[in-house]
Amino acid sequence: MSYQLPKFRHPDLPVNTLGYTKADYEGAISTLCAGCGHDSISGAIVRACHELALEPHRIAKLSGIGCSSKAPTYFLGKSHGFNSVHGRMPSVVTGANMANRELLYLGVSGDGDTASIGMGQFTHAVRRNLNMVYIVMNNGCYGLTKGQDSATADEGSASKKGDPNPFSAIDLPGLALQLGATFVARSFSGDKGQLVPLIKAAIAHRGFALIDVVSPCVTFNNNAGSTKSYDFVREHSEATGTVDFVPMRDEITASYAAGHTQEVTLHDGSVLHLEKLAEDLDPFDRVSAMIALEQSRVAGQILTGLIYIDKDSRDLHDVLETSRRPLNSLTEEDLCPGNKVLVNINASLR
Amino acid sequence: MNPTDIKNPEYFHKVVDCQYACPAHTPVPEYIRLIAAGRYDDAYMINWESNVFPGILGRTCDRPCEPACRRGRIAKGEEPVAICRLKRVAADNKADIKSRLPAIPKKKNGKRIALIGAGPASLTVARDLMPLGYSIDVYDNQFAGGGMMRSQIPSFRLPVSVLDEEVGYILDMGVVTHFDTEVTSLKSVLEKDYDAVFVGTGAPRGKGLNLPGLEEAGKRVHIGIDWLASVAFEHTGSIGKRVLVLGGGNTAMDCCRTSRRLGGEDVRVVVRSPFADMKASPWEKEDAMHEGIPIYDNHVPKDFVIEDGQLKGMRFEKVEAQYDADGKRSLVPTGEDLVFMEADDVLMAIGQENAFPWIERDLDIEFDKWDMPVVDKATFQSTNPRVFFGGDAAFGPENVITAVAHGHQAAVSIDLFCRGESVGDRPPPFTNLVSQKMGIHEWSYDNAVENDKRYVVPLAPLEKTLRDRKLEVELGFDPLTGFKEAERCLNCDVQTVFDAPRCIECDACVDVCPTDCITFTANEEEPELRLQLSAPAGNLAQDLYVSEHLPTQRVMVKDENVCLHCGLCAERCPTTAWDMQKFLYSVTKAGQ
Repeated sequence: MSYQLPKFRHPDLPVNTLGYTKADYEGAISTLCAGCGHDSISGAIVRACHELALEPHRIAKLSGIGCSSKAPTYFLGKSHGFNSVHGRMPSVVTGANMANRELLYLGVSGDGDTASIGMGQFTHAVRRNLNMVYIVMNNGCYGLTKGQDSATADEGSASKKGDPNPFSAIDLPGLALQLGATFVARSFSGDKGQLVPLIKAAIAHRGFALIDVVSPCVTFNNNAGSTKSYDFVREHSEATGTVDFVPMRDEITASYAAGHTQEVTLHDGSVLHLEKLAEDLDPFDRVSAMIALEQSRVAGQILTGLIYIDKDSRDLHDVLETSRRPLNSLTEEDLCPGNKVLVNINASLR
Repeated sequence: MNPTDIKNPEYFHKVVDCQYACPAHTPVPEYIRLIAAGRYDDAYMINWESNVFPGILGRTCDRPCEPACRRGRIAKGEEPVAICRLKRVAADNKADIKSRLPAIPKKKNGKRIALIGAGPASLTVARDLMPLGYSIDVYDNQFAGGGMMRSQIPSFRLPVSVLDEEVGYILDMGVVTHFDTEVTSLKSVLEKDYDAVFVGTGAPRGKGLNLPGLEEAGKRVHIGIDWLASVAFEHTGSIGKRVLVLGGGNTAMDCCRTSRRLGGEDVRVVVRSPFADMKASPWEKEDAMHEGIPIYDNHVPKDFVIEDGQLKGMRFEKVEAQYDADGKRSLVPTGEDLVFMEADDVLMAIGQENAFPWIERDLDIEFDKWDMPVVDKATFQSTNPRVFFGGDAAFGPENVITAVAHGHQAAVSIDLFCRGESVGDRPPPFTNLVSQKMGIHEWSYDNAVENDKRYVVPLAPLEKTLRDRKLEVELGFDPLTGFKEAERCLNCDVQTVFDAPRCIECDACVDVCPTDCITFTANEEEPELRLQLSAPAGNLAQDLYVSEHLPTQRVMVKDENVCLHCGLCAERCPTTAWDMQKFLYSVTKAGQ
């Protein structure tokens, strides 16, 4: 078994505006099972960060426990990382984000880490609109403990050695919408063409951005009868539309047919082009998004793509009106300006 | 694109760049692995089967394999594996291999073959036909076998002992030798009722330059290859202190380095073309310069300067190379004054050509307008079906390994001809494709890619080698360095074989591939397909491996160009749709 990637990369790899190739965003070689969907999501994150020309040292990747939460080792090897207690990643991100608002926070979690042990943490991060990307590598089972059904396993779905799941599933995008999430998307590890622009858009979004990525567990949950297998997802996937992400500094060169596409300008000036496929979905309307999601679930389909985006999202810092300067850079002098300032404040209140 | 037909032996053969580039198609990665395993005898025999002269070629080959080596493409500044010098490691470290040479039947098959010339092409024909029971006579004007390998390659590059050993393996099969015998009439040979005659007489005539003053310069001007032969045969033992060598090929390099050993102190190479365009191999130029021999490029010889009936030197016109839109070069005088260089002796090494004054023109052997025999490029048969040509004699000057390749093919033809079969029905190559899987993530080859830079072959000290023309300059790799250099090989013969029906399109191979060779995409014609791959696929000499349609209606496309053959695609594949399989390709020899 190979424990190291060869050092050689394609000699003509494109470089981004920072002069980095994709290889500069890679991590260690994966120790997940061969064919794990999580590795594809790692690959999509690498591609998105490279194409956005993010500085690796301006990114913090955080995770909890599980197969998914091992994954940050396998991408962004030059970025900050924090592997937290099971289900507690949102709290760590909250603290980190409050202390230093200038980093990009990339949370990676699984269905167990989010929908079971971490549920309380997840919901509060959503409702506070914490500025982060939250990727759920969702395989519907506990792969690290031999594949028991997780809380996102669909009712009736059977894993490799299990009986059909008798419980109803927690639908994370539906839950997030209900909790007031400002960016909700779902994708599939086997569809990088959709996933990469979604990750880019989530990174550009200010506020909590959830991407629920169905990521088949090849070892325990990729069998006939499972609703999270490669085959099932391919057959039952229904895209809301296609997303094209144009970073702020790039000129828009692609042409889009009028009437079918909508443009969304994000906080940082980037532009999202949405080409509509699903008839009844208005991705700017929370109620429409909730209806579309529920209709698709009832029809036995998996709705993927951008489901909802709030163009006027205000993140936790906006709401709390925190200092523009990151808290961790404020000195004692800034925080305790002294008696003279206090006298002035008191005078202004008289 | 249509799905790639991997059943066509040439597809995977082409992926093994070194083997494909080798005229004799030696299975290079196979013997390099054996060298790494310390199995020098086995490595030597694989070479011997294919190229007949491993010890000789491991020192002197023109090594077309090395510029082709994939290792030289995978990163800027990365150099090819030292394939040629690894071959020498096998030859230097082998034990006695005589017991492994083919048995020669005591009962002959009754067919008699004449070989004219005892160089590499003829010896290869003998090697292939002797084990089949043929009776073979070889004729040569030198006192021993080897042809130009003996007369033109200096001993400081190729010790006579190595030459004698490998020529001996063949002659000891029972070849009847007629040395010191100049064949002056092909007709007389044909009259001896041989069943077939093979002409491997090389390109023996060195070209000269007829410049003003040549006649007066007289004996101080020599033809390079003739002079090298007279040194090799010890008719010449010295040369003047100041020597000018004209020409930019490997013969020029041998001439100047030999001159340094025979008393030349101020030895210069003067060449018309720019340095970069010289025909000599880069390493031979380096070796010459290492011995203190300057190379003057862009100097066109004008005349010999004679004073008091004695050669004083030569004059040269300085030129510069200009290239037109088609890349065609012309050498344009710069208009500067002629350059005078002093010389006691001048060696002309400006090329050589064929000469067949001894072939009568009424033997049904057709000659073309350049007075070269008309020879079939695949069968090496002339228009007289009983007469075959090979080596430099067939199509003009090439190199030893090409002569060997010709010899193998001519032997196939002669064998077919003598058995009354059509020489056009070439037997297909022998191929084999075997999985290298040893366990769930284990391979039977070293799939980890070594990062070492190419190792340099150590040289004997200059002050010693310049005093003794027979002292070999290169010392060869010691076994440990040989091992390290062997580990640089990427094992390109271990093929990535894709079985589309097993693929679940999980992208694991795409994600792990360090060099982004693999893409799953909609099918297109090749030019469009090349534009939509994960990484630039601009090397058109390298094929795309395209699968059948997958369930998503996409195809798997692999650009073979910079694949490291590291096996990670197969390690990360959950369904064994990818497998690493060793591909062996061997050119069929006579009688197989």
